[in-house]
Amino acid sequence: MAGRFPDSPSLPSSVFPRQRSVIKLTGVTKEYPRRGRALDDVSFHLQKGEFAFLTGHSGSGKSTTLRLIHMADRPTRGEVLVSGFSSETTSEREVWKVRRRVGMVFQDFRLLPGRTAQENVEFVLEVTGTPRSTISTRAGRLLAQVGLSAKTGARVEELSGGERQRVAIARALGNEPLVLLADEPTGNLDERASRGILDLFRDLNASGMAVLMATHDLELVRAYPDIRLLELSEGRLVYDSTAEEAPGLPASRDRDAQPDLGSLQGRS
Amino acid sequence: MHALREAWAALRRAPLLTALSAAMVALALFVVGLFGVATWNLQQALSRIEDRVEVVAYVRDDARQDELTLAETELLRMPEVRDVRYISKEEALISARQDLPEFEDLFMELEVNPLPASLEIELEEGFRTPDAVARVAELAAVYPFIEDVRYGQEWVDRLFLLQRIGAITTGVLGTAFAVVAALIIGTAIRIALFARREEIYVMRLVGATRGFIRRPFLLEGAFTGVVGGLLAVALTYASFLTVSRLIFPLEWIPLSWMLAGVGAGVIFGLIASALAVRRHLREI
Repeated sequence: MAGRFPDSPSLPSSVFPRQRSVIKLTGVTKEYPRRGRALDDVSFHLQKGEFAFLTGHSGSGKSTTLRLIHMADRPTRGEVLVSGFSSETTSEREVWKVRRRVGMVFQDFRLLPGRTAQENVEFVLEVTGTPRSTISTRAGRLLAQVGLSAKTGARVEELSGGERQRVAIARALGNEPLVLLADEPTGNLDERASRGILDLFRDLNASGMAVLMATHDLELVRAYPDIRLLELSEGRLVYDSTAEEAPGLPASRDRDAQPDLGSLQGRS
Repeated sequence: MHALREAWAALRRAPLLTALSAAMVALALFVVGLFGVATWNLQQALSRIEDRVEVVAYVRDDARQDELTLAETELLRMPEVRDVRYISKEEALISARQDLPEFEDLFMELEVNPLPASLEIELEEGFRTPDAVARVAELAAVYPFIEDVRYGQEWVDRLFLLQRIGAITTGVLGTAFAVVAALIIGTAIRIALFARREEIYVMRLVGATRGFIRRPFLLEGAFTGVVGGLLAVALTYASFLTVSRLIFPLEWIPLSWMLAGVGAGVIFGLIASALAVRRHLREI
């Protein structure tokens, strides 16, 4: 598809070298009327096929960041660019176009209760315009991709947490997204199931899908030292493990000033 | 397909509300329908008596013949006028005797003919509206030898007044029922939306278009409108039959009017549901 990743010429190339960013946040600030500032001048970008963790304490702005990328919300200042769609120019009417390029999964799965795994995936395929004749086969294939071939007929209530998250992932894959956003996807899972989900993410990432996973599970983050790490604290991006390659980010400057990061910096 | 199935499911989920909304749409359109029948019959009646619309200018007894001839020629030159006939005093008396035989004796005993001569001005087709008639009458009254001009002004005005009162009543009642109908449709849509809020959430999440999400609800509104419109036609027809049989014969409205009524129901249902969807989708 032509023009899917237009690089913004207005940005200084020293900060954002010309490359195929799937997600690009530029000076993003988000203020809520009652809660105040949730994000404060956050800038980072995620390249095509890249995998990154987004960590931070609860309330540090992780979910807000994902919501802005998913265009469920708009920044107060700054710009969010998702697969060529700018938060400044994409109307509410066009948000669906962004959603079909960005898969999203949540801690609480958000599946349709009372329906089977297969039906949950089929529903998504149906409402996004997949030809009816291919829906069933495609849903089966997506469930197979997340390792649930044996459970397609099981109702959501009969599935374990890990299995439910896999259904949610299969659902998110229905649009063949360029990037998968995951908001605490392992928050309700035990360690084994969490590792399973992470391995699945890595497989998907290996096949070219970018992944941005918000988590506060530092154990998990430490177990995957090769994955890029972004840390938010009180709405500011305070650490980026790839900051050396992108000088100018606040992360490299504030790195040593953040006592919270001691445990993380020793991981690699 | 999806939209149709979902709309049908929503109707089945709340059949009572659907029936109630359709009934209110029907009531609103029924009022309009009754007015439609009345208007149609009035129009028919008017067109039948239109042929008889003419202006009668009564001539003073001392009018001179040459004055009258000149006036006739001038009046005939007006585009509105088709023909001008002079009715002499004698002719007037003869036709009065014929028209009113019960006064035969009275007419016979008269020593002087009390009836005036007159000019009967017949109008061209298309100029038989109250305005045109009044214009011709005014011009005829300008001649000094014309005593008085009559053209059935009173009853024409009264008919139009009746029609106006009918229109206002229809407007007020119709609007009241329409508002109630819109509120009930809104409630039905709201219930349907909330019953499906989880699905709507997922639809938005994965990028279903706004149109796709809204379509089933709009269809539901349109369906309510169709049912309401058909019901209104049936109600109107029933009233028409009753009045025709028991009170006085009426003519039924043309097919195009009925179709317009059902069409109005559909458009109304669509608008009401679109407003409700707009409003309540924000809440979920």
